[in-house]
Amino acid sequence: MSRRAVLAAALAAAVLPFAAQAQDLAITNATLAIGDGGAPVEHGTVVVRGGKVVAAGADVAVPAGMQAIDGTGKWVTPGLFSAVTDLGLWDVEAVDTSNDLEADDSPFNAALDVAPALNPSSQHVAISRAGGVTRATVAAFNGKSIFAGQGAVIDLAADAAMLMKPRAFQFVELGEAGARLAGGSRVAAHVALRNALREAKELAALPAGSQRQSDAMLTRPDAMALAKVLDGSEPLYVGVERAADIRSVLALKGEFPKLKLVLVGATEGWLLAPEIAAAHVPVITMPLRDLPDAFETLAATQSNVGRMTKAGVKVAIGMFTGGNQPRYAPQQAGNLVALTKLPGASGLTWGQAFAAISSIPAEISGYGGKAGVLAPGAVGDVVLWDGDPLELSSAPEEVWIDGVKQSLDNHQTRLRERYKDLDRTYLPKAYDW
Amino acid sequence: MRGRPAKAKWSAAVLAALAMTLVTTSGEAKSRKDKEAPAAEVPYPSTYKPYPGRPTALTGATVYDGRGGRIDNGTVLFADGKLVAIGGADLAIPDGYERIDARGKFVTPGVIDAHSHLGVYPSPGVSALSDGNEATAPTTPDVWAEHSVWPQDPGFTRALANGGITSLQILPGSANLMGGRSVTLKNVPSLTVQGMKFPGAPYSLKMACGENPKRVYGSKGQKPSTRMGNFAVNRQTWIDARAYMDDPDADRDLGKDTLAGVLKGDILVQNHCYRADEMALVIDMAKEMGYKVTAFHHAVESYKIADLLKANDICSAVWADWYGFKMEAYDGIPENAALIAHAGACVVIHSDDENGIQRLNQEAAKAQAAGRRIGVDIPDAQVVGWFTYNAAKAMGISGETGSLEKGKMADVVLWNGNPLSVYSRPEKVWIDGAMLFDADNPKLRPVSDFELGQPGEGDVK
Repeated sequence: MSRRAVLAAALAAAVLPFAAQAQDLAITNATLAIGDGGAPVEHGTVVVRGGKVVAAGADVAVPAGMQAIDGTGKWVTPGLFSAVTDLGLWDVEAVDTSNDLEADDSPFNAALDVAPALNPSSQHVAISRAGGVTRATVAAFNGKSIFAGQGAVIDLAADAAMLMKPRAFQFVELGEAGARLAGGSRVAAHVALRNALREAKELAALPAGSQRQSDAMLTRPDAMALAKVLDGSEPLYVGVERAADIRSVLALKGEFPKLKLVLVGATEGWLLAPEIAAAHVPVITMPLRDLPDAFETLAATQSNVGRMTKAGVKVAIGMFTGGNQPRYAPQQAGNLVALTKLPGASGLTWGQAFAAISSIPAEISGYGGKAGVLAPGAVGDVVLWDGDPLELSSAPEEVWIDGVKQSLDNHQTRLRERYKDLDRTYLPKAYDW
Repeated sequence: MRGRPAKAKWSAAVLAALAMTLVTTSGEAKSRKDKEAPAAEVPYPSTYKPYPGRPTALTGATVYDGRGGRIDNGTVLFADGKLVAIGGADLAIPDGYERIDARGKFVTPGVIDAHSHLGVYPSPGVSALSDGNEATAPTTPDVWAEHSVWPQDPGFTRALANGGITSLQILPGSANLMGGRSVTLKNVPSLTVQGMKFPGAPYSLKMACGENPKRVYGSKGQKPSTRMGNFAVNRQTWIDARAYMDDPDADRDLGKDTLAGVLKGDILVQNHCYRADEMALVIDMAKEMGYKVTAFHHAVESYKIADLLKANDICSAVWADWYGFKMEAYDGIPENAALIAHAGACVVIHSDDENGIQRLNQEAAKAQAAGRRIGVDIPDAQVVGWFTYNAAKAMGISGETGSLEKGKMADVVLWNGNPLSVYSRPEKVWIDGAMLFDADNPKLRPVSDFELGQPGEGDVK
C-alpha cells in the first residue's frame, strides 16, 4: 500500500466521513496512452490496485470482482509530470506576501530548500490537478546568487501529503541571468560556481566541528548543500540557453566528474544536440520559444525539441512558471506533433510528445518507471480524458492519484458555477454558493 | 532563463518607471496658436500599398467567413487585392485564376490581434528597444505608439507564419491611466512603420484602470496611488480636454488633441481593465465625460457582467485562461469567453504577448471547449470570429477586413487543418491578395534585418 493509501485508510478509519480511499480501479475500452513514447493503444485497459498500477495495455483482463469503468470514446493516460514549476509557492504571483519564489534579501542561497514552504492548498495546485497534472518538481527562483537553492518533487493530490522528495536537486543560473546575479558577467558566474564547489569540497573534507578557512565566501549551510551536488547525490539543474554557454556547462563534467547535470532552457540546444546527447545530459525546456527574445536565444525555434530528440537527447517539456501554467503541457506537446506536418520543421510523434510531458520528466526527476507511465508498479496516477489529451478541446473528466479519486473543484469552478447565469433578481450572487 | 511571461508586461512598466526620472509636463513647449491642424495634413501617413498578387481560387476547403458562416467544400475567389466571391463548389471560377486545391484544408479571414506590443516591446527584449510605456506621467495621451514601433521586430514574422496574423493593433503599455495612441498595422514586412500602417484605420487611446497606474505612480509618492486616485486623475483630465475643445484660443496640446478626438468619436478607447466592478465604474465615467469605451482588454471578470457589457455594446478582449498572476486577475476562469458570447456580448481573443499572438486560434479553441463542458456550446464558425471579425470590429476596421465578404481586403489564411485543432498550422497567408507566407516555399518566409547572419537565419521558427 502506498503512503497515500495508508494515509487515506487511516483517515477513513478515523472520524472523517469524506476521507478519500485508494480504490482498486479498472478502466476498459479506452484509448490508452502508456506514456512510454509508444503510440496510443485502442480498446485498452488499465488496472490499479493498492494505489499502484498493476497492468495497462490492450490484452489486460480486469481481475475478477473488480468493478470496471467503461472508457468507450475516452482516453486514459498516466498523470502528467511537470518539471520545474512554481506549484505550491504562490497564491497570487504579484502579491509578495503570498509568494515564496525568491528571497532577494536572504543571506543564504544554495541552502534554500523549498520543501517547508510548499502549500498544497494553493489554487495553483488545484487548478493544475484539474488539468491532469499529478506530479511535479518545484524550483525556487534566484535571489541574489547564481544558486537558487534546492527543489523538491511533489504530488498534487488534494491532501496534506504533498512532498515526495525534498532537496531533490540544486538549481544554478548561468548564461545571461547568471551573469547578472554573479556581478555582471558570465566570467564572474563561472568563477562563483567553481569557488562555491571548491568551498563545498573543502567543507566536506573537514573533520566534524573543525573551522573552515577564514576566506570562505559561502555560508556553512550553502557550502554543505553544494557538497551533495559535488558527489552527485543531488543533480545540478543549470539554467542556460546559448550554444556557447551550454558547451561551457558540459565542460564542467571534465572538472567535476560526479556532477549530474540537467540543462534547463537550452533554447539553442539544437545547435549542439549531438554533444548534449554524447554527454548524456537531459534537457528540460519550453518547447514553443521561437523568438530571439535575448542575445542568448538568437537561434530559437520550435524545432529545438524535435531536433534534440532526434539526436538522442532526453528532452522534457517543462519550466512551468508564472504565466506558463502546468496545465498548458498538453497544448505544447500537441504543437510539437503539428510540426511533423510542417515542411522543414522537426516535431515529435504523438507518443514522443506525450512522453515529453509524462515519463521523460519523471525519469529526469528520478522517478523513471515510477511516475508518468502506466507500468506495473508505478504510482496509480490515472487521468480519464474526454478526448485526445493533446487536443485543445479535451480535458480530464476524472483524476486519480495513488489510486485515490481526486476532487477537481477549485476557486475557478466555484466562480463559474456562480456566474453561469447572471440572474440577480431575488438575492445578490453572494448567496449563490 | 526561466521567464514569467504574464509578469513581464507589468514588471517592464515598473522598471521603466523606476529607471526614469520624472519629467514635468509644464507645457513650456507650446509653439502653435492654432490647435486645429489643417484637414489635409494627416501626419505620418500610411505609405502601405498592397503587394502584387495573382487572381486566386481556393477550392474544396471548409470556409469560415468570420461572421458565423461556414461553407463546406467552399470556394474563395480573390483578385486585385480584394475578395471577389465566396461560395460553394458550384461557384464559377473565372478564367485566369490560379486554382489551389484546398480539399481537407480550412480557409479563414486573416487573423487579427487587437492587443499587441510587437515593435514597441520587440525581440530582443533589451532595454535599448523597450519603448512601450512612457511611464513618466500618469496620463500621456500625447504619445503615439507608431513613434516607438521597430519594424524589424522578428515577432512580426512569427505572428505571420505561425499565427496567420494579417492585421494587428499595437498599443502602448498599461503603466499609465492614459498610455497614448495605438497604431493599427498590416502585418507586412517593411522598412518603416508608415509602410505597415493600415490605411484609414482609426486611432485608439489606450487606457488602463486598476493596479498598474496606482502602483507605478503610488510607488513614487505621486498621484494616483489608489483606485479613487485613478478616477480623479482621469476625470480631471477629461474635464480639461473638454475645456480645450471649447476654447478656440487654446494653444495646441498634443495630448488634448488625442482626448478631443475621443470626445468627438474619431478615436476609439481600448481600456485595460480586469475587474467587473471597475469596468462598471469606467462605463459610468465614460457616460459622465461623454465618450465611449470600445473594448475592455484583459477583462478576466467580464463573465460577471456580460449583460452590462452587452447593453453598452462593449467588446471584451480576453485571454483564454490566464489567471492568478496579479491580484486583479485572481478571478479569471477559462469559461470567460464562452459566457460572454452566451450573453450575446462581443468576444475578442487577444494576445498581449509575442508568443500568444502566434496561437490566437488555439486560445479561442480552448475557451470554446471550456464553455462546451458547462453546456455553453458556441459553434466553430462563431468562435473563428473571436480572432477575426470581432477583433476588426474592436479596432474599427471591420468595414475593410476581418471577414470573407465580397469587396473586402483579401486577407486570407489557408490552414492545413481545422484552425481550432492543435495539430493545424497556417499553410499560406495572403495580405491584400499578396501571398506573404507559404509553408511550402522557404523563400516566402520573411527574415528581419536583425536575424540576417545570425544562427538560424531563415530557419523554420
